[in-house]
Amino acid sequence: MHRFANPARFMRVSGVVLPWLAGATIVLLAIGLFLGFRAPADYQQGETVKIMFIHVPSAMMAMFGYSSLALASAMALIWRHPLAEIAAQQTAPLGAGFTAICLVTGSLWGEPMWGTWWVWDARLTSVLVLFFLYLGYIALVHAFDDPTRGSRASSVLALVGAVNVPIIHWSVVWWNSLHQGSSVLSMDGLKMGWSIRIPVLVMALAFTLLFTLLLVIRMRAALLERKIRALRVLEAEAVPSDYSFAAPEASA
Amino acid sequence: MSSFTAIVRRDLRLAFRQGGDGAMAVMFFVLAALLFPFGIGPEPELLARVAAGVIWVTALLAALLALDRMFMTDWDDGTLELIRLSPLPLELAVLAKCLSHWLVTGLPVLAATPLVALMLRLDPSSLPMLMAGLAIGTPVLSLFGSAGAALTLGARRGGVLVSLLVLPLEIPVLIFGVGAADAALSAGAGAAQLAILGALFAFALPLCPLAAAAALRQALE
Amino acid sequence: MTEFFAMGGYAAYVWPAYALAVFILGGFAINAVTRYRAAARELDLLQARRPGASR
Repeated sequence: MHRFANPARFMRVSGVVLPWLAGATIVLLAIGLFLGFRAPADYQQGETVKIMFIHVPSAMMAMFGYSSLALASAMALIWRHPLAEIAAQQTAPLGAGFTAICLVTGSLWGEPMWGTWWVWDARLTSVLVLFFLYLGYIALVHAFDDPTRGSRASSVLALVGAVNVPIIHWSVVWWNSLHQGSSVLSMDGLKMGWSIRIPVLVMALAFTLLFTLLLVIRMRAALLERKIRALRVLEAEAVPSDYSFAAPEASA
Repeated sequence: MSSFTAIVRRDLRLAFRQGGDGAMAVMFFVLAALLFPFGIGPEPELLARVAAGVIWVTALLAALLALDRMFMTDWDDGTLELIRLSPLPLELAVLAKCLSHWLVTGLPVLAATPLVALMLRLDPSSLPMLMAGLAIGTPVLSLFGSAGAALTLGARRGGVLVSLLVLPLEIPVLIFGVGAADAALSAGAGAAQLAILGALFAFALPLCPLAAAAALRQALE
Repeated sequence: MTEFFAMGGYAAYVWPAYALAVFILGGFAINAVTRYRAAARELDLLQARRPGASR
């Protein structure tokens, strides 16, 4: 683990891996979209099932993102792994982005299906809460003048949130089952044939690779930015050699 | 143990000496809850339907009000540093803070609930379950609140930020608290929801002081 | 072809969904690459100003 703790090594390894990762991502996205658009319309949902190819994978990425965030935060707090903090902070906006996509595509799917733009089904509601957990984390990172304090505090917050996510989800499921009118409203109750499942799985894999790709590029940028800041500090501290610190002579 | 009670006693004395803090949370609770009839109309059936939820949400918001002052005043005047250096483990000090927060916000809210429930036309048969749920749930609010307050100590816009951080975590408490009250109406049950609230309390009791103490140590560095 | 774009009448829902995903994910991609390139350029500038500094 600590072999990868060296930022320079990370830059080298990621630089080599990056083109392959980008290529694989593009290929998988192409395959997933091709399979998805070739799939026949669902007898229940019509062509709106095509939204599932974006909605379900982005829901998975929302969860995956928060898990990564929690794991990176744990590594930052417990082992003081130098890359972990950067990984955590670069992951959060990505996770929030996928969460937003999930929510909006969920609405776009819900309106033709159930005639309403928002429905309080268990999954959408849990994802909504997750969205606020992401926003809270991002807000906390930037809430302090001292960036170290921001990173440390938000690492703790990520762990507290992670522990609570299963509880929140389970509560929402219970709450939803209580207030459910008809059982048709549940998204999970819909049957999905293999012509739908396979493209969803391919897109899920493609999204995972995309997430990783974006994260690696962002981490590389963040590491460079950190170097820039360090160099700037050195520049500011360097004093020109002809500047005299001697006290000015008092005039007689 | 005496340091623990010393912290609680001091906080209580400060809260009631300044007068405002002690009464403000409960006054906000009552006022905010009583806004709802103005907002949604005084029709008894409608009010009775939403009463439990309104009471819980406003109790939650009232608990949030006093949160950013939980550690802030002590941090500003150096007391927090002294608390950290004292032999009392920081986690226990946080628990003491939670207790005093609850005594100043949760307990008065609990006492005011029957009055508010009356005015919101809550069905009397669900009142015992509602109060039992609040009795277990409001300490959980204080516990999660302490973690949020510790994390945002010294942050810009800390007061609002605490709410953003803490509210999602308190949704399960809200769900089961209202669930207990509503269940009492129909099946006469609600005990299951109370048990879950108890489990949430047991979960928050060790977790939140740990998180809060870790955050306080970082703030004091 | 028009059938494809009409999406069985649900075009108003399906295409905005894809458009949003492309917008957000594409936005992240462009932002990440731009950030990286700008940082790399600036780092080169700063290091050129410091002769003898190690990379």
